[in-house]
Amino acid sequence: MKLPEGTGARTIPPAADRAGALSARGAAGAYAGEIRRSRTLVSETAFRRVLYLAGISVIVLLAAILASLFIWSMPAIARNGFGFLTGTVWDPVTARFGVLPFLAGTLMTSFLALLISLVFSLAVSIFLGEYFRKGIASSLVKTGVELLAGVPSVIYGFWALFFLVPIVRFVEMKTGVAPYGVGILSASLVLAIMIVPYSASLSREVIGLVPADLKEAAFSLGATRFEVVRKVVLPYARSGIIAGVLLSLGRALGETMAVTMVIGNSNTLPKDIFGPANTMASIIANEFSEATGAVYLASLIEIALVLFVVTAVINIVGKIVIVKMSVET
Amino acid sequence: MKNSLIFLVLAILSFTGTGLAAEQQELTGAGATFPYPLYSKMFDVYSKEYGVRVNYQAIGSGGGIRQLINKTVDFGGSDAVMGEEEARAAGAPVLHIPTCAGSVVITYDLPGNPEIRLSPDLLADIFSGKVKKWDDPRIAALNREVKLPGLPVTVVHRSDGSGTTKIFSDYLSKVSKEWKEKTGAGTSLNWPVGLGAKGNPGVAGLVKQTPGSLGYVELIYALQNKMAYGAIKNRRGFFVRPSLASTSAAMNVALPDDMKVSLTDTDALDGYPIAGLTWILVYREQAYQGRTEAKAREVVRLLRWMTHEGQKYAEPMQYAPLSKKAVEKADALIGSVTYNGRAILK
Repeated sequence: MKLPEGTGARTIPPAADRAGALSARGAAGAYAGEIRRSRTLVSETAFRRVLYLAGISVIVLLAAILASLFIWSMPAIARNGFGFLTGTVWDPVTARFGVLPFLAGTLMTSFLALLISLVFSLAVSIFLGEYFRKGIASSLVKTGVELLAGVPSVIYGFWALFFLVPIVRFVEMKTGVAPYGVGILSASLVLAIMIVPYSASLSREVIGLVPADLKEAAFSLGATRFEVVRKVVLPYARSGIIAGVLLSLGRALGETMAVTMVIGNSNTLPKDIFGPANTMASIIANEFSEATGAVYLASLIEIALVLFVVTAVINIVGKIVIVKMSVET
Repeated sequence: MKNSLIFLVLAILSFTGTGLAAEQQELTGAGATFPYPLYSKMFDVYSKEYGVRVNYQAIGSGGGIRQLINKTVDFGGSDAVMGEEEARAAGAPVLHIPTCAGSVVITYDLPGNPEIRLSPDLLADIFSGKVKKWDDPRIAALNREVKLPGLPVTVVHRSDGSGTTKIFSDYLSKVSKEWKEKTGAGTSLNWPVGLGAKGNPGVAGLVKQTPGSLGYVELIYALQNKMAYGAIKNRRGFFVRPSLASTSAAMNVALPDDMKVSLTDTDALDGYPIAGLTWILVYREQAYQGRTEAKAREVVRLLRWMTHEGQKYAEPMQYAPLSKKAVEKADALIGSVTYNGRAILK
């Protein structure tokens, strides 16, 4: 969820400048009256100020969240030290706090979900962006995908608990691993379904933006449809697709309710993807309301701080990847 | 024009007037979720009878204690006695007034859902992961008439911090030295084995759909959802089924004057051993942060009503009411509430 705000904040000021310059030029040509022009200028500056304010407030808000997380987790940082990041034990009774099991759980579920969802979101976006751009089939699939994004996560959680988990358990019994049903695999599956719409809709947009003359040129050289998609459309839309993936990854990292219902909530380092684990968002949601003792509470806030930093790092790395991979035109 | 202006002013004045009056007639509390259904029933009746609105937010015992310490509520609700650190943070003596009792039952999913019997040490070993199969000879020895399957035992516990976990782990710490040393008691634990599920519904859901699972939920929840639950051997050596009666019976022990008592592993003959009280927490000295004496009086009157007339709502809502002895102790505590050093109840 952080990504669109970030890109928005970055792109708004230049766009505003451009718009301002354009309409200022237009005003000079169209309106002769002195008063009228000054009035336009006043509304121009006012408009620009509003935009600046909106942009700046996003940054201020972000800084304020980071600062308050840092301040509130100070007692824990002072007591846990660096052991917090490498500790594998989370024991509120003896006040030993380590974030590693949750960090591992968060990263494992998110990236596994991303891997699963990528197949579907790419297929859906090629289908909608290249093969069926108009028509009933297209609008049906498009609405369906968008509806997926609107389903509350608690509903995903319950659905997963009562429908997905028994299926996973059945498969686990057949394959001979411990048949818990709940665990990283179940959590990743439900997460994958939840994040498909985010990457699919962005990828569909960029795939639709691939210039027709590029594709026509490829066709004229005798390329098949599949070859055009593989060699022209996907490379051209690459950076947009990755942006969509990042957006969905951000969603997966922070998802709480649906994950906590099916991940098994075991506060130990996950051994494989079939076993129970826990995520950072989930442990906070689980234990915050009943957390007694200053260090315990501060340690939970410290987890939030780590989650914040992890999300930020992944987004920054993603941005670099996008820049590196975008096609020069 | 002038008339309507005067009317407007009068209208505003009268509104603010009633607003002030209404504020005096309102008490706020926050805390434990466990007694919330009972409290909302009690407070609903109370507001109809006495015209005092009580606003209780079920945010959890930990949150209730925090809000009481921050003095943002008139009273807190908790399933656990305040810890040392919290008592220090509160700065002044906080009274623990018991309102009702609840118990934690062991629920499971076995073919045919028979009623099984468990002993304390066996329970501790199951939750430590030492007893791994349902046909373990130790389980079989206590349940000769039940045909136990060869399924693995899947332990299910609460993943969210909870007073239920606190009562249960407090019990295990009392009956098993090893549990006390290795895991201990608290609202959230470092569980040796098992799956975590959120809330009573989460545990119930996971237990119901996992063959061979075993977990713990509140008695009310098991009763309302008609779940199978086991009888536990109490301190006197009797296997006691959890019920409202056996939960109230757990209170038949020597109760301390401050009522900060844990009912787990009760000495009572017919008492169910995994039971606990839930408390309303108030400052003994009510004159703090500019509180009016009228408000302090309202708090005391409410507490008195909850521990007397209000008790009749407990049983229909499947809460165990206070025993006679416990009500007497609660009376003494409520009588010790002061305003500027003077007792409020005379």
